[in-house]
Amino acid sequence: MDLILVNLIDGLVTGLLLFMLSAGLTLIFSMMGVLNFAHASFYMLGAYFAYQISIALGFWMGLLLAPLIVGLMGAGVERYGLRRVHQYGHVPELIFTFGLALLIEELVQFVWGKNHVPYNAPEILEFTAFAIAGNSIPAYKVFMIFISVGIFIGLLYVLTKTRVGMIIQAALSYPRTVEALGHNVPLIFMGVFGVGTALAGVAGVIAGPVLSTFPGMAFVLGPIVFVAIVIGGLGSLWGALVASLLIGWITTFAKSYNIEMEAILNGIGIATPESLSDSPFRDVWSLTSPQIADILPYILMVLVLIFRPAGLFGKRTQ
Amino acid sequence: MKNITKIGAVSALSLIIGASAAFAENIKVAFIDPLSGPFASTGTNGLHQFEHAADYMVNKDGGLLDGQMMEVVGFDNKISPKESLIQLQVAIDQGIRYIVQGNSSGVANALTEAIDKHNRRNPDSRVLFLNYAAVDPALTNDKCNFWHFRFDANADLKMDAITDSITQNPDVSKVYVIGQDYSFGKAVSAAANRFLSEKSETIEIVGDELHPIGKVNDFTPYSRKIVASGADAVITGNWGADMLGLGKSIIENGFEGPIYTYYAAGSGITAAFGESGKGSIRLVGEGKINPGPSDEVTAYYNAFLEKHPDGNLDQTRISNTIGMLAQAIEEAGTADDVVAVANALEGMEYQTIFGGTVMMRAEDHQAIQDLHIFEHTNEDIAFPYDGSEYGVKVVNTIEMAGADSETTCKMRRPNES
Repeated sequence: MDLILVNLIDGLVTGLLLFMLSAGLTLIFSMMGVLNFAHASFYMLGAYFAYQISIALGFWMGLLLAPLIVGLMGAGVERYGLRRVHQYGHVPELIFTFGLALLIEELVQFVWGKNHVPYNAPEILEFTAFAIAGNSIPAYKVFMIFISVGIFIGLLYVLTKTRVGMIIQAALSYPRTVEALGHNVPLIFMGVFGVGTALAGVAGVIAGPVLSTFPGMAFVLGPIVFVAIVIGGLGSLWGALVASLLIGWITTFAKSYNIEMEAILNGIGIATPESLSDSPFRDVWSLTSPQIADILPYILMVLVLIFRPAGLFGKRTQ
Repeated sequence: MKNITKIGAVSALSLIIGASAAFAENIKVAFIDPLSGPFASTGTNGLHQFEHAADYMVNKDGGLLDGQMMEVVGFDNKISPKESLIQLQVAIDQGIRYIVQGNSSGVANALTEAIDKHNRRNPDSRVLFLNYAAVDPALTNDKCNFWHFRFDANADLKMDAITDSITQNPDVSKVYVIGQDYSFGKAVSAAANRFLSEKSETIEIVGDELHPIGKVNDFTPYSRKIVASGADAVITGNWGADMLGLGKSIIENGFEGPIYTYYAAGSGITAAFGESGKGSIRLVGEGKINPGPSDEVTAYYNAFLEKHPDGNLDQTRISNTIGMLAQAIEEAGTADDVVAVANALEGMEYQTIFGGTVMMRAEDHQAIQDLHIFEHTNEDIAFPYDGSEYGVKVVNTIEMAGADSETTCKMRRPNES
């Protein structure tokens, strides 16, 4: 039972981290209708910038400055890149972000090298916050939870309770009307893109020390972010949150318990073949849940797409 | 007048002789390893170490035989077996007789087969394969051949050393084995199980699992299981991002025992572990750098750092490879007849500058040498890695590890064909 609680916490950390990435991505998607392939690259930039800043000014300045720089870069990308490509349609936009992702990876390798960089959590947070039945929960994890929950609440507040949020929401659905009312819609788009990438930057800053900072980090995390926003429903902030947490918990629990496929198959009434080596499905019989933990979100995505094509919280679009 | 002509003729003649001596063909060594792509840093660092070894140990002292210089030529194989075979052909076409390679046993398996075939078909352009890092035990067992020499201890020998160290540690009674889900991870797990059950009746393996290679973001659930299992020590063959991710996660989530590893140093990993790895990370390997290296090693390492300030001299077997090749060429009196050089290498006992002897076992061409268990620390570190203050220090030495290890190698020698 204790382990369940520990896994719930671990899954929560993974899920919230994923949420910070998917929130930005899903906002940007609902705004421009474009999947930003370079989103995870901004996450990587966040980690690297924070590493560089933390050498000179310490971790906390990194946490403050790195997302800011990433956000400004994102806004720049929207203003001088995406906006120009936009007039040629969605496909060039997609290709543009794809190229950007490759470019950023090469750039990171060029500047910081191909090795891991020693980016570590601040010493003040390097202690065990509490322990559950011998499983210690590092203080840094508690800190990660607080940061991400804080950001979610802040985001929700701005989008639903403030004037800025109202204009943004209106601009997402009726940009021409909003423009006719005298609001600068392109500026709003640029701002949302900047905030979205800054969110990815924050995720990078706080994930860098635990998930290690290396040039492949965007590549490893990239696909799962898309899965999260597809499951949650493109453009839905709540959907992104629920899907991220779902993915976090599913993968954590699947890795924590060695559930054997054999037990499941036996459970639904299929008997184990006498000789496994003769069976054409012998690999299926010997599968365990940790081995497939990382593809479970993809299976979930396929199921969601079959039964609820717009995602869990998505609105069916025209 | 006559004298001047004479002097002129003599000086011209001496010029010609001098020039021809200077143009004496270099002894070329083809380095076939990744120089681009995700593993480029490992490959490039290896190439630098080879170049340094050749310059410092051979060329600085006037070269080999009658002044032939050793030249290391880099060939980029993008860590692909197919690309490696192409590069091998290019190297052979350039008249290169010595092939060195190390990253990925998959590549080494492809190369050793191709070289065996080539040498049987083309007795005039035979080459030797000097494997400096691919540790798949099969290369010196079932797949062994006369042309392949391995200068690194294979995965079994290294596990032998690790399990020696574990069984000598009275605090360890439960061991958790975890690795990447592919051939090497499986080989490590099998060897750990075999050696531990052979060497100790009290040590129990409380966990033995594989995780997808290069796909795991967060190792926390695995560390939870390790902690929950009550293990006193962890054994893993992980490398690269998987090594760092797993190690960091195990330590952060409250595991306090030693973590025995193969590849947890250099390439940024030492710096990234930093303080957190101290007292946890143990590494098996050869070549003593810390503590207190000899003057010879200090000079050798400093000369390397002068050229590559950001580099790590983390594969000391590279200098053994060059040193033993040089000694074999001198003994054989030729660099062109690779059969003679191979015969000289067989059974050679070589005094390495890092202390101890390397013996090239004749029956399977596996180098037998002292293996050390290193500890990740910042104490007594003369030569740290990654520009950090941390490095690896010898805590335990197994002399001539696995000298009596068995081999299934049945080697066919060229004169017996």
